[in-house]
Amino acid sequence: MTTTEAAIMVALFALATFLTRVLAFLIFPAGKPTPKFIGYLGRVLPFAITSMLIVYCLKNSEILAAPHGAPELLAILLVAALFLAFKNSLVAIAAGTIAYMVMVQLIFV
Amino acid sequence: MKHTLRAVFPLTIPVLTGYVFMGMAFGILLASKGFAPLWAVVMGVFIYAGSGQFVAVGLMSAGFDPLGAFLVTLMVNARHLFYGISMLERFKDYGKAKWYMIFALTDETFALCLSAKPPTGISEKRFYFTISLLDHIYWIIGCTLGGIIGSALPINTAGIDFVMTALFVVIFLDQWRLKQNRTPALIGLGASIICRIVFGPDLFILACMAALVIIFGVFRKPIERSVSQ
Repeated sequence: MTTTEAAIMVALFALATFLTRVLAFLIFPAGKPTPKFIGYLGRVLPFAITSMLIVYCLKNSEILAAPHGAPELLAILLVAALFLAFKNSLVAIAAGTIAYMVMVQLIFV
Repeated sequence: MKHTLRAVFPLTIPVLTGYVFMGMAFGILLASKGFAPLWAVVMGVFIYAGSGQFVAVGLMSAGFDPLGAFLVTLMVNARHLFYGISMLERFKDYGKAKWYMIFALTDETFALCLSAKPPTGISEKRFYFTISLLDHIYWIIGCTLGGIIGSALPINTAGIDFVMTALFVVIFLDQWRLKQNRTPALIGLGASIICRIVFGPDLFILACMAALVIIFGVFRKPIERSVSQ
């Protein structure tokens, strides 16, 4: 890919990302009351979306064939245990990621 | 300004550590595909999306496909539409700063803006603007460091994108502590697993978002009751 092509790709990533963030403000402009149903969705959806993003991250994991998602499962359990024990998100994220990298590079290859 | 920074900085420390680490993981991954460190910096400044940038690395290394890049990014970041809905009221009177606040509305900044409240003596606008700006700076620092380290050292990056999974697991557990968040969280988990199985890895995000709006619409009464407990 040439530099120009890469720059076009980056500009499109930036534009698409901004569009998703600004869309709600364009559809429901300031000054007009936001419909109640939309307000309700704004309260409940963020929590449902967090769950969806976990599944999104795991969408290409191999469950039916070896190693049956074992590295993902073990690393997630490690992240959860560390976060609940130390209430420190960095420790949990860093240790989980490094453990996962070790597992897929050295153990489950 | 100093006063505002002193109030805001401690609140952003979890994002500081998370963003520097995650930004580094992104920069290292991008460098491993042969892109110079400057690309990591530019992407961190102008795209500013964690999962979006990880997906972008895959698209950049797959070749020049502008339409595909645009559509996939829309899908991956579609959840931000709902963040905007939650922030409609908050950003109403922010003037020009509103546009930067919208641009900078990442998962972590959104979560922090939901939970953090400005102390007396600091205007709400200045407080949330400073949170957004600091988070953006942390992210740029992480991306830059990662780009430089990744170009200088040969690192086996297989599995490094697990940093995103870990991040969302931590956010999930943090939200789970409040009982009223659990019903929507469980609905999201069930719907996304079913949609992943039924629609496959590429289509399930769109299908799941449609399913969530329908489920939350149909069962609004019982869900609102459980959320307001």
